[in-house]
Amino acid sequence: MTLPFAPWADPAAEPLIDLRNVTKRFGAFEAVRDLSLTIHEREFFAILGPSGCGKTTLMRMLAGFETPNEGQILLDGQDLTPIPPAKRPVNMMFQSYALFPHLTVEKNIAFGLKREGIPKDEIADRVTDIMRLVQLTDFARRKPDQLSGGQRQRVALARALVKRPKLLLLDEPLGALDKKLRQETQFELMNIQETLGTTFVIVTHDQEEAMTVSSRIAVMRAGELAQVATPTDLYERPETRFVADFIGEVTVLEGRVTTASRGGVGLAAMEDAPDLRVMTEDTPPAGTTAWLALRPEKVSISAARPDGADNALSGKVLDIAYLGNISTYHVELANGTIIKAQESNRQRADRRGITWEDTVWVTWEEDAGVLLRA
Amino acid sequence: MTNRFSWFSATSLTLGMAFLYLPILILVVYSFNESRLVTVWGGFSTKWYGELFRNEAFLDAAWVTLRVALISATVATLLGTLAAYALVRAGKFRGRTLFSGMIYAPLVMPEVITGLSLLLLFISIGMDRGITTIILAHITFGMCFASVVVSSRLVAFDASLEEAACDLGCTPVQAFFYVTLPVIAPAIVAAWLLAFTLSLDDLVIASFTSGPGATTLPMKIYSQVRLGVTPEINALSTLLIGFVSIGVILASLAGKRAAVET
Repeated sequence: MTLPFAPWADPAAEPLIDLRNVTKRFGAFEAVRDLSLTIHEREFFAILGPSGCGKTTLMRMLAGFETPNEGQILLDGQDLTPIPPAKRPVNMMFQSYALFPHLTVEKNIAFGLKREGIPKDEIADRVTDIMRLVQLTDFARRKPDQLSGGQRQRVALARALVKRPKLLLLDEPLGALDKKLRQETQFELMNIQETLGTTFVIVTHDQEEAMTVSSRIAVMRAGELAQVATPTDLYERPETRFVADFIGEVTVLEGRVTTASRGGVGLAAMEDAPDLRVMTEDTPPAGTTAWLALRPEKVSISAARPDGADNALSGKVLDIAYLGNISTYHVELANGTIIKAQESNRQRADRRGITWEDTVWVTWEEDAGVLLRA
Repeated sequence: MTNRFSWFSATSLTLGMAFLYLPILILVVYSFNESRLVTVWGGFSTKWYGELFRNEAFLDAAWVTLRVALISATVATLLGTLAAYALVRAGKFRGRTLFSGMIYAPLVMPEVITGLSLLLLFISIGMDRGITTIILAHITFGMCFASVVVSSRLVAFDASLEEAACDLGCTPVQAFFYVTLPVIAPAIVAAWLLAFTLSLDDLVIASFTSGPGATTLPMKIYSQVRLGVTPEINALSTLLIGFVSIGVILASLAGKRAAVET
């Protein structure tokens, strides 16, 4: 049995990238504020956040196009700050791909190697190898304007990878592709990353993309890190309401902690309903405000009250979002709160017999949700 | 709406074209006239072209014009490209709007005023007027046109191309020569051809800024015509029209290529 890849969990592991208290200001605006982060070798690290959260600035500082006002960026223990982009062992794949329109695919890819002064036949070999890897061999002599979006994306990837960087930065790499191609390309990217063992840092606003490709995700908000975790932890154990809401769908119920015992609390979320039972490791003291984050797929819906559920509330079906494979029911409780419940349609959805305006029960187990304190 | 060719549009097109090109056509036809009288057709002949090439004064003027056009177009394109680069790339510096407005102003300034002000400048700094002053004057207005042409290309140029070049190991100077310059090259060629053609054509500014011994072709033609039109002038004009047309066509082709590659 192989151990799972998790160098970040090993305190003795030396990180590849070490950002120490990095701050970047544009005039009075702080794009990145006192941010510290480590990225390990061979990681596929995603920086995720809404637009304007500072994720692009962070990436441009790694590439060398921006210099931090405060703090340090170390690569293999060496301070990157004074090194210009041309001299960094870091390459970037641009959002617009930035292919040189006057050069063929082949020459675009060879461009960076020529600047390094590498011998001609070695350049030719490396270009041939990388073109095979990204399946561009047949397009070697085409100009960028004779390629499709997916092919251009692969040229941009090859051009950055052929330099054998220690760190590859990808700025919204799949943003310009349509959904189907995007999904295929995500798996291609993961395969290439595994084959080469290069450390990838991807910046994206697409949470599904980040979840699919990455080993860890840093969620950014207003220039700061909201949470850094594996995709599973981020989804199952968000630390704040912002993260819970940003990753996937969620219902957040606000309440007051009534009883706090080891391993579980009672949460008074509604006036005329029994306290909700929530299992949690981090028990807040009684009397404080806390939030319960519930993923819709962990909430069941039924016409009759089921026996033995830890939490059961009754309400009316307000909306049904039918997506084919799943259906999401928006159930409005007596006090106006809306809870989302999701059922997978292993049988055809119309056989469930629940429709708009029906009175239904939503139920979930005490360990289904996450208790949040912020 | 149909796209059918109607009688109405055919007629308006013919009339419009006739209005524009009939005088030129007559000039071209009469340049092949055998007769010495300009308005009487005496049969086809190319003898006036022969006469033209034996006329030292015309040939001198042609040589002056060509030198002025070559030098001024080259310098104007260089300066215009730099100005366009500064305007598009340097971001927002103090006086940027003023500067870009001033670059474009000579495009709409009456030529007489440009010519007069240049003349006054040359006199006040005590510069002898001749071919040098014509070249300087032509650089001045050619540069405006060149910067307009080049900056329109630069605006469409994706700035991340230069960043990509730096990321792949270029210094900023290398990035300019390996990436920016080749990408905007068609616009630079178009700018040069435009400046060259404008310099060939110019009469007003050249008249103001020339001195003894430096007569350009348009000036020569103009002074000859005042003594009466000779068939030689027709022949010369026909040649000029040919040159200018070729220049304009090449410039627009280069411009089109620039647009396609964006």
